[in-house]
Amino acid sequence: MTQKELFASGHRGCPGCGAAMATRMMLRATGDDVIVVSPTGCLETFTSMYGESCWEVPWFHGLFENAGAIASGVEAALKMQGRTDTKVVAIGGDGGTFDIGIGALSGMLERGHNVTYICYDNEAYMNTGVQRSSATTPYASTTTSPAGSHSMGKTRPKKNLAAIALAHDVPYVATASIAYPQDFMNKVKKSLTFQGSRFIHVHAPCPIGWGFDTALTVEVGRLAVETGLMPIWEAEYGEITKVRKIREVKPIEEYLKVQRRFRHLFASDAGKKELAALQELCNKNIEKMGLAGERKVTTDVS
Amino acid sequence: MGKKAVIEGSMAIAIAVKQARPHVISAYPITPQTHIMEFLADFVANGELKTEYLRVDSEFSAASVAQGAVAAGSRAYTASASQGLLLMTEVLYNVAGMRLPMVLTGVNRSVGTPVNIQPDHQDTVLFRDTGMIQLYVEDAQEAYDAHVQAFRIAEDRDVLLPVLVCVDGWTISHTFEPVEVEEQEKIDAFLPPYKPLYHLDPKKPYTFGSISIDKDLMEFRYLHEEAIQGAKAKIEAIAREFEKTFGRYYGGLTQSYKTEDADIVFVAMGSIIGTLKEAVDELRAQGKKVGVLKVRSYRPFPVEEIRAALANAKVACVIDRAISIGFGAGPLTIDTQAALYGPNAPQVLPFYAGLGGKDVELKHVAEMVAKAEKAAAGEAVSAEPEYVNINWNLVS
Amino acid sequence: MRLNAGAVCAGGGSYVNKTGHWRTFIPRVDTDKCNGCGICYTYCPDSSIEIVEKTAQIDYDYCKGCGVCAHECPREAIAMEEERK
Ligand SMILES: Cc1ncc(C[n+]2csc(CCOP(=O)(O)OP(=O)(O)O)c2C)c(N)n1
Ligand code: SF4
Ligand code: SF4
Ligand SMILES: [Mg+2]
Repeated sequence: MTQKELFASGHRGCPGCGAAMATRMMLRATGDDVIVVSPTGCLETFTSMYGESCWEVPWFHGLFENAGAIASGVEAALKMQGRTDTKVVAIGGDGGTFDIGIGALSGMLERGHNVTYICYDNEAYMNTGVQRSSATTPYASTTTSPAGSHSMGKTRPKKNLAAIALAHDVPYVATASIAYPQDFMNKVKKSLTFQGSRFIHVHAPCPIGWGFDTALTVEVGRLAVETGLMPIWEAEYGEITKVRKIREVKPIEEYLKVQRRFRHLFASDAGKKELAALQELCNKNIEKMGLAGERKVTTDVS
Repeated sequence: MGKKAVIEGSMAIAIAVKQARPHVISAYPITPQTHIMEFLADFVANGELKTEYLRVDSEFSAASVAQGAVAAGSRAYTASASQGLLLMTEVLYNVAGMRLPMVLTGVNRSVGTPVNIQPDHQDTVLFRDTGMIQLYVEDAQEAYDAHVQAFRIAEDRDVLLPVLVCVDGWTISHTFEPVEVEEQEKIDAFLPPYKPLYHLDPKKPYTFGSISIDKDLMEFRYLHEEAIQGAKAKIEAIAREFEKTFGRYYGGLTQSYKTEDADIVFVAMGSIIGTLKEAVDELRAQGKKVGVLKVRSYRPFPVEEIRAALANAKVACVIDRAISIGFGAGPLTIDTQAALYGPNAPQVLPFYAGLGGKDVELKHVAEMVAKAEKAAAGEAVSAEPEYVNINWNLVS
Repeated sequence: MRLNAGAVCAGGGSYVNKTGHWRTFIPRVDTDKCNGCGICYTYCPDSSIEIVEKTAQIDYDYCKGCGVCAHECPREAIAMEEERK
């Protein structure tokens, strides 16, 4: 049941790293006839020491802000060489995708290159030491939005990048979580069947940056989904075709409580307003996306 | 024999690029680069050129797309100017360090602020330390020839470096000149398809853009410097092979014009060389021993060639179309002075000329020579850079 | 050995970097409980689990001891023990 490992052991990711999980799952789904492009970030840093690369597929890292453009160039070259069976996939962090790389990504989506771009979202600039990004959940304490007597952490909402991707009129957009590997791998596989640009946002908890026990990466990812904070859906040709239903919706506090980055919300009554706001955010997601109800998908893993 | 036609400089470049058969071209508009990209778009639209022509979202992406294509094993091309080149900076360092042989045109234009769309070299000299090769051309014919040569130089297994061909905006890019365009078969023979050393291929999975820690960063820099120094001989050899094939030679790293017996030698780059050659002819007719040394390759910098060409000169007048603001001289002056340093070196007189497209006429050249003659005769003259044709009213 | 131009290198060299010594806790598989479902294999961020003859087999050369496998095993077939070094 185990296939040839394309993400070799010996990389320098932290124990329990969600980004490493996402990448491994992605490679299981793509198989080995693939070229992978990554922007700068944790994944790039911990996988690509000269002579000690863990990538058993061709892999390219250029800069922090240009993965979408590099992938476009690779795809265009393959087309001219007639190597169109080889898939092109990009995988990068939220900083490299939501923020500094959004221009190059938007260009790639607009031009419609045959590329699946996957954003592993660990909700901050982890590689440089947990600075807030536009993907950081509101009220999280980060090193540039620290909680303090005059601060409740990050103040602005999380950017909805999947919706922005959808607005490019691309054939396939999906969200996923490392907590549901089969769903994520199926989405990667499915994305590769579409002609044109595809975008997948995969939630990838980070034990170091979020402050939880390394054994809980999957648990925390699951809680983000079960509380309604991270809606899991899929859209084809602009229409949402599937959402992952939550059988038993959990209160947001269950998710927040296990993470150091939200500790300040529980330290005193002062955090009540923010807790309520986060619960409201989940409620809205559940209502807007129709997340409550029986799950249709029965197998999650293996 | 090729066909001679009167065409715009941008057209000469577009034809050379077309004849190089790049797999990927990335385009983002900026004046005065636009004509090149528009002509290439026409070639694609009318079926003359089969390429992936990508209209990208920025110059940052233009350079990145070309980088990705070269890494995937294809020949790729892009062009820009001024602000657009500046936006490419981070990518171009990356391309050079990765030793990817892409070719791009820098259509020289001043850099803001203040905004100015006229030519000078402030934009391209910025790339001095990227580890790219930089060639400056003097007219449309050389622009055509240099682009064909650039792909050969870049892709040479011993070089593997991006080549930036610098072409003065307007004076070359938008001026109609007679240009000899060679037959496609002859270009194909001179420039065979790109065969990469490493490329992105699932059959042989390589990692590009790896991390080097303190144990080997300096060694990678050593290899980069070794490659660009080695490129000196290649640039010369390829220019000579081009001459053998097509009958034209515009110099390798440098080109000397009447320098052999000259007491006063101009050192300059780009389209101003034409004006200088004309002036030299006129001054020679008056019995003045002057010459011109064209610096064709700014990087690698032709230290030996400059020393040799100026060995018997008394004064070197170095003309900069850019300022290293804060140093008190232009980049070409600084480099030339460094190259000449030592006993018996000629006196160097620096001049700023043609900044933001400021006119340089024959009379200005004569003024420079007059100053140089004083120096040659042993009179004390200021070694401070002179602003040629400056309007003192506006600064006093 | 001369470095490659442009710092391009072959993939898979990471195996020289044995990360097993990072561990403070070590996962032990109870082969009686494990039915080889492969959930742990799928989640392991360090590609350190293989399913061999319907049982999870951990490669201690690389396992960093994160504990995800033990936490996610539906049959509680993996236990984390303090590592004696
Ligand atoms: C142009 C540029 N700006 C800043 C950086 C510094 N930098 C490197 S990685 C990184 C954070 C990456 O964040 P993200 O994309 O979310 O990936 P993560 O590290 O969180 O996995 C930053 C800010 C850089 N390398 N390049
Ligand atoms: S900081 Fe977070 S994302 Fe980065 S390697 Fe560690 S666990 Fe992974
Ligand atoms: S403890 Fe972590 S690294 Fe070790 S086998 Fe289990 S999941 Fe893999
Ligand atoms: Mg991140």
